[in-house]
Amino acid sequence: LLTTSAMMAAVRLLLRTGSSSSSFSCVHSGFGATLLRLSPSCSSRPKTQKRHAAHFTYQPDPVPAEYGPTVKMNLFQSVTSALDNRLATDPTAVIFGEDVAFGGVFRCTVGLRDKYGKDRVFNTPLCEQGIVGFGIGVAAAGATAIAEIQFADYIFPAFDQIVNEAAKYRYRSGNLFDCGNLTIRAPWGCVGHGSLYHSQSPEAFFAHCPGLKIVVPRGPIQAKGLLLSCFADKNPCIFFEPKILYRAAVEQVPTEPYHIPLSQAEVVQEGSDMTFVAWGTQVHVMREVATMAQEKLGVSCEVIDLRTILPWDVETICKSVVKTGRLLISHEAPVTGGFAAEISSTVQEQCFLNLEAPITRVCGYDTPFPHIFEPFYIPDKWKCFEAVKRMISY
Amino acid sequence: QVHLTRCQQPFDSSVEKPQFPGASAEFVDHLEFIQPNVISGIPIYRVMDRQGQIINPSEDPKLPKETVLNFYQKMTLLNTMDRILYESQRQGRISFYMTNYGEEGTHIGSAAALEPNDLVFGQYREAGVLMYRGFPLDLFMAQCYANADDLGKGRQMPVHYGCRDLNFVTISSPLATQLPQAAGAAYALKRENSNRAVVCYFGEGAASEGDAHAGFNFAATLECPLIFFCRNNGYAISTPTDEQYRGDGIAARGPGYGMLSIRVDGNDVFAVYNVTKEARRRAVAENQPFLIEAMTYRIGHHSTSDDSSAYRSVDEVNYWDKQDHPISRLRHYMTACGWWGEEEERAWRKQSRKLVMEAFERAEKRLKPHPDLLFTDVYNEMTPGLDQQRESFWRHIQQYKEHYPLDLYEK
Repeated sequence: LLTTSAMMAAVRLLLRTGSSSSSFSCVHSGFGATLLRLSPSCSSRPKTQKRHAAHFTYQPDPVPAEYGPTVKMNLFQSVTSALDNRLATDPTAVIFGEDVAFGGVFRCTVGLRDKYGKDRVFNTPLCEQGIVGFGIGVAAAGATAIAEIQFADYIFPAFDQIVNEAAKYRYRSGNLFDCGNLTIRAPWGCVGHGSLYHSQSPEAFFAHCPGLKIVVPRGPIQAKGLLLSCFADKNPCIFFEPKILYRAAVEQVPTEPYHIPLSQAEVVQEGSDMTFVAWGTQVHVMREVATMAQEKLGVSCEVIDLRTILPWDVETICKSVVKTGRLLISHEAPVTGGFAAEISSTVQEQCFLNLEAPITRVCGYDTPFPHIFEPFYIPDKWKCFEAVKRMISY
Repeated sequence: QVHLTRCQQPFDSSVEKPQFPGASAEFVDHLEFIQPNVISGIPIYRVMDRQGQIINPSEDPKLPKETVLNFYQKMTLLNTMDRILYESQRQGRISFYMTNYGEEGTHIGSAAALEPNDLVFGQYREAGVLMYRGFPLDLFMAQCYANADDLGKGRQMPVHYGCRDLNFVTISSPLATQLPQAAGAAYALKRENSNRAVVCYFGEGAASEGDAHAGFNFAATLECPLIFFCRNNGYAISTPTDEQYRGDGIAARGPGYGMLSIRVDGNDVFAVYNVTKEARRRAVAENQPFLIEAMTYRIGHHSTSDDSSAYRSVDEVNYWDKQDHPISRLRHYMTACGWWGEEEERAWRKQSRKLVMEAFERAEKRLKPHPDLLFTDVYNEMTPGLDQQRESFWRHIQQYKEHYPLDLYEK
């Protein structure tokens, strides 16, 4: 941004002003901001540097009537609400992880430590295998353990504890012991600039592990109801929260506790020509694709939010494919070995003769999640729309 | 307990004292590395010498005769069970076994110092703890034979015991995973105000795992009433300790985590008892973890899949078997007290062998669990998908039944 001579000129200017805050030890943005203002090449930002618009339009759910009074909440606030409800009703419940005490890096635990005490909402050392192992122990001892992993990308040190221990605790002990009281929460999915290690969707790694439950909400109303169900469920649950929706997704969310059942997919939009299956953020992409398909192609698409990845609702998906004859599954995670492969395999087994076209997967490429190439990497509405066109004319 | 909280005083750079949040220490102006001391390491606490004589009478726990006899009988019963089950594996009757030879003192001494409702997390070489608590021979055998009486429903390899009633969490094969779990359990028990402690056993090899570091750090920072009990028996399968660590064993790591630590002669059942008792008392009273490193020796092979003559000498093993064995040392003590002699030894050997053989014969005859139990307890409730798999399984079995060993299993 700056040439050396421009930078030196700026430095001399600042030193000449003589105030103590302009010394090189000045920490705050004054120096940097001043330099940026002084630079001629900064006065017009090139087109490429404007932040890319989101790849989806958030579609809020209607206000639920059956769960009592509602309040406008975004996704992270709906998570806070679920945590608040659980800690209020379950004296054994504790929340722990990195930085949860001050409110969390995504503000999901704001206010909870003050309200419930430092023995119930507390920071742990920076150690994911410890966070999950500790959580298993809390749960095995009969208390409700709510563990936070700061980003799903960092869940892998805990993979052994999750797969070899948590998932198998009940089975291997002959039901003498279990960690059903354990829920692990983690921010998940692309966020526009997250790159390799702040964008991952690792559900497929865990979907291969009997004994776990894996849940991904598409918005605040779903998140709170599903998260409360995870807390209540007597099996270890992993709850992935689409971080791009933390602020972007706003709905009227019931303040009282309510439970949305696990292992039940939801048809968010009915249709007759094609079935879309997605979860999390991608549900909103697919809703938009359904609109595009209707308007531009006259194709009626049934959009299903899978909600629980494991154990997944085979019946609802198959029932839809029997009706429509075509299935498109879409997720951000890389296509090879992604969860769409499991859905595809099961559906072709059970609905083979009903299929009018091969099952299509529109997913991330088989690469790590890239930084500057994110707009090209993600399974956006254009890629999905193109897949619809191919399938409808098969 | 003193722990350092964030400094509340305002920062004062006019005074030449460190202000760093990360450490409470003075400045020093000469460069000197801290030398780790492995030549003269942390000393080993003991009560008896190798001949079972009390060294310092004030350290003798002066346990009553019945208690001491019980220690001896449990250690020898474990030894007898080990011999018979090891042999049964060699004969193809069970698939696998791990003996506890030489480490009986660590089990019984520590188990005796705990309360019955203290929660135990083990690794795999702590059967004596379960035996001390009253787990019957029939159930040890049932687990090893994976028969229909197994509390674990036949799902795990032999020696992966568990018993809810005796507060012994089911063993799992991955090493050191129990350490952070023990910290979590201790934290939950602390919140219950139940005055229960957690004890977590592991070997010096498992202590190299990342989970061990996690467990120590969490237990210390979260102030858990927990005893970490390390059995340092000299080997992790074939790997001797000088290839496992370069520092002064496991006890020396404790202070690095801010944990009170001690090293003890694991073959001295009274020393193990004293140390565990005091650690337990303080862990619960002060809500902090303790690290006990019990030095011992693994006289047996790692397991029935191991032949340790491949990596150590018979002489080395014989030294420990003959000259420093927890059972012999206790017997010398009992003999010196006039509580045990040749006759009692003969009678007990006969009786303990009979008890083990009878349990063994019963276990051998018992059917295996019903194959339906392959499919249950994956979740708390059967899922539709698993139900379908189970139905498909039985249809297959029905058609091909002569190829499956159904007669061995409950119908």
